[in-house]
Amino acid sequence: MKSSAAEAVQLLEKMMLIRAYEEHLASLQASGHFPMTCSPQGQEASAVGVVSALDADDTILTNHRSAGHLLARGADPGRVMAEVMGKATGYCKGKSGSLHISAKELGVVLTSTIVGGELSMVTGVALAKKMLAEAGVVVCFFGDGAACEGIFHESLNLASVWQLPILYVCENNQWQAFVRRKETMAVEYIAPWGNSYAMANQTVNGNDVLAVQAATRHAVAHIKATGTPYLLETWTYRQRGHYSGDNMAHISASEQAPWLVLDPIAQCRQQLTADGTLTPALLADIETRVAAEIARASEFAHASPYPAAAELLTDVYA
Amino acid sequence: MSEMTLNAAVGQALREEMQRDSTVMMFGEGVALSRADLLTEFGADRIRNTPLSEAIIAGTAVGAAASGLRPVIDMLYAPFLTYAMDAIVNSAGKLRYISGGQFAFPLVVLAQTGAGWGVGAQHTHNIEAWFAHSPGLKVVMPSNAADAKGLMKAAIRDNNPVIMLLDMSLGYNPGEVSDDPDYVVPLGRAHVARAGRHVTLVSYAKTTLTCLQAAEALGQEDIDVEVIDLRSIKPLDIGTVLQSVRKTGHLVVVHEAGPLCGVGAEVLAQVNEQAFSQLKSAPARITSPDVPTPSSYALEQAFLPQVAHVVAAVQKQLGRQTVATASVAM
Repeated sequence: MKSSAAEAVQLLEKMMLIRAYEEHLASLQASGHFPMTCSPQGQEASAVGVVSALDADDTILTNHRSAGHLLARGADPGRVMAEVMGKATGYCKGKSGSLHISAKELGVVLTSTIVGGELSMVTGVALAKKMLAEAGVVVCFFGDGAACEGIFHESLNLASVWQLPILYVCENNQWQAFVRRKETMAVEYIAPWGNSYAMANQTVNGNDVLAVQAATRHAVAHIKATGTPYLLETWTYRQRGHYSGDNMAHISASEQAPWLVLDPIAQCRQQLTADGTLTPALLADIETRVAAEIARASEFAHASPYPAAAELLTDVYA
Repeated sequence: MSEMTLNAAVGQALREEMQRDSTVMMFGEGVALSRADLLTEFGADRIRNTPLSEAIIAGTAVGAAASGLRPVIDMLYAPFLTYAMDAIVNSAGKLRYISGGQFAFPLVVLAQTGAGWGVGAQHTHNIEAWFAHSPGLKVVMPSNAADAKGLMKAAIRDNNPVIMLLDMSLGYNPGEVSDDPDYVVPLGRAHVARAGRHVTLVSYAKTTLTCLQAAEALGQEDIDVEVIDLRSIKPLDIGTVLQSVRKTGHLVVVHEAGPLCGVGAEVLAQVNEQAFSQLKSAPARITSPDVPTPSSYALEQAFLPQVAHVVAAVQKQLGRQTVATASVAM
């Protein structure tokens, strides 16, 4: 197998891991004994495509819909699940829950669930990188909802004026909590808003993992060559509701159907099968590995202890 | 020691800390002009003008603080902080806890407030209690030049977010200031500005001076007043207050902020909880009324706690005949 084909298979496996993680959580939530989460199901190609194009010294800021970003970055699904459950073995010692998981050891910092919070802090992270002459770029994941916050515009303006090494990644998933994006925006795309701040930008098919990876490599090269930020919009779809308790009754089947045909994992599998890269045996191997990984993660998270009550009062001040 | 204004003392603290630590930097609307001397000495990388965008100024400070810098941001006037509340309260105050201690936020937020300049409610609003009520933050409000310098230096050196509110009317007040480059006023420690035996006045920032003037006047009546300048709102040095109240048995708290759920309410609650049996009279508060800060000079003076109000409150507690006729503004 050629190295490019082998890498494509790795991307597929990562996306399948994220999907299996989300499906496992959904099954636990359906049983009524698991905390709610905001699922990124359907957006796996955006997470894996972007993160796979990054280096170890790049930094990521994300948001409440972060499981894909974390797992793509190599987070241990057991520790992510433990954090969701409020267990002491989670990345934040059980003090975050699902909504604002940071993992500094992976370069995933300052996750905020305030929509747009990541946009407010990314400029400072990048300013420090620049002033302290540290290598790498800073990637900020946010959604089309956050792009409608004022802070999006303040952030892009300052990043452009101060020439900060930021890759803004807007995952335009067509929904802003319980409101259709089309109801809240006068235009379809967010990338062109970068033009207002003299910021290079592009909209990419967010359900095509190789296209997202290529666009990210292009964007990172641009940032490193010019020292200026970049706005990348990944055009994708949130397959589940705003959060796990959302019954999705307000989302029509006719809206979902064409997007489900464009499912990023199904498309990737078809493509790799068609070109002979993905054999049934290889797919079965991947499915087995992913299932074992999720089973191990779930077992670890469930067996983990809750934090001691004394933890209530720690980590308030440095 | 050197004599300088409070504003100059803050500038000197910034200069000394920027000399001491290359990660200390400052940005905000117009700081390249207001701190032109620092721009000359430290360059445009460390003294930065920003757009009129308070939310991103504060957010940038939070991100930078978590990533190895020690930013000081000048937000100009306290009411402008409302645009910056998400970054200060939700990010700087909470993300250390939420992340299980992965990040620290060594940053200082500077803003001016205080009635007396006729600029009205959207430039003057004493909102220190808002921040005191937010976990993870520290809040300081100096009353004089020496403390302004010492608190500023302590705030920059602290590994937590510190809100430093400066009363506009105090900015040009001169005072003796230490030349020691390591002179700091520890956060969370009150100062006995005047020792006395008969009654305890607790205040901070501008109204500390009101209390000291009232103490002078009451001294004429042989009433020996102790004045405590809190200096820090959070952490709150209740120990110094309790020590004084256990001695005098009488307590009046004076501040410019409104009464409801304010610092005075907290001080009274803690004194009642911990020193009730030593109280000889009901503790009292003198504050502005619960109205927006007016801009008319006449209304501003009616809004502010005045010396006569403090004198009358003390006389009432001690059962003395009230000489001053002004009623307590509540």
